[in-house]
Amino acid sequence: MTNTDWPLWEVFVRSRRGLSHTHAGSLHAPDAELALRNARDLYTRRGEGVSIWVVPSSVITASSPDEKDPFFEPSADKPYRHPTFYEIPEGVKHL
Amino acid sequence: MSTDVTTDATVTSAALALGDDALVLSHRLGEWAGHAPVLEEEVALANIALDLLGQARVLLSLVGDEDELAYLREERAFTNLQLVEQPNGDFAHTIARQLYFSTYQYLLYTELAAGDGLFAPLAAKAVKEVAYHRDHAEQWTLRLGDGTDVSHQRMQRACAALWRFTGEMFQPVAGLDVDLPALESAWAASVTDVLRRATLAVPEGPRSGAWAAGAGRQGLHTESFGRMLAEMQHLHRSHPGASW
Repeated sequence: MTNTDWPLWEVFVRSRRGLSHTHAGSLHAPDAELALRNARDLYTRRGEGVSIWVVPSSVITASSPDEKDPFFEPSADKPYRHPTFYEIPEGVKHL
Repeated sequence: MSTDVTTDATVTSAALALGDDALVLSHRLGEWAGHAPVLEEEVALANIALDLLGQARVLLSLVGDEDELAYLREERAFTNLQLVEQPNGDFAHTIARQLYFSTYQYLLYTELAAGDGLFAPLAAKAVKEVAYHRDHAEQWTLRLGDGTDVSHQRMQRACAALWRFTGEMFQPVAGLDVDLPALESAWAASVTDVLRRATLAVPEGPRSGAWAAGAGRQGLHTESFGRMLAEMQHLHRSHPGASW
């Protein structure tokens, strides 16, 4: 496996209709079309998906670990933001 | 009664021919494991190899015991096309071989799937796999042909080197009821279209010759095939009946 100059792509796979795409991993590919095909071969060979998105890793803006506290800490003690006070109707699977 | 025997014999030879194509190409593609230019492509080639192996197992099982057929036949008993036994060469050679063969296989299986013969159920399942193999080969042909100077040269050289093995695909096979002239013109149109879009010249020169026409189907193979078989068969021959 030699090093290549191919860009990195993030792969999102939707496992079933009705569910959202979930990050599955990343891969290298020279362009979007081949990234899609590589994603098919790497991440859906055991029937894991019905739809794939590939996104250049370089266009993703990620939160920084340094900002973890201001970003996430304040939400920890606000239980009223969680929709746990509802009765979930029967038959609803993906709420 | 005698009619049935004849029918069985021709069906057997057709299943053997198609099964051997799939088996031999599967093994060739498997040889890339650990050697492919990038990890992603290694998995892609292995996936294609496994699809072909699955097809080979179904086809050879129509003929007899799949392991005996794969591991205990001599070179002259294999009836695969000479195209599929050609060595991997560089990546461009592998892609050219894939383009030529998967286009043929896609058209052939599409026709078989539409019929009501013995191969229709197998072909209907396999044609979806083969459609992907064809797409994979086409995508790479476009990128290598219309890529850098080096990739263009290599792809052109590979397409030219394998061209003379492509005529054999359209030689009649007993038991395979397909419209060969139509298959051949559809193949030529499709391959020509891909090569043109890849800025590659369609190779000139004969696609079959006195020495090559149909020879693989009759059990005559090219030099490297013996070595490939030796590697493919040696474990089973050394340890008959070995299993994991």
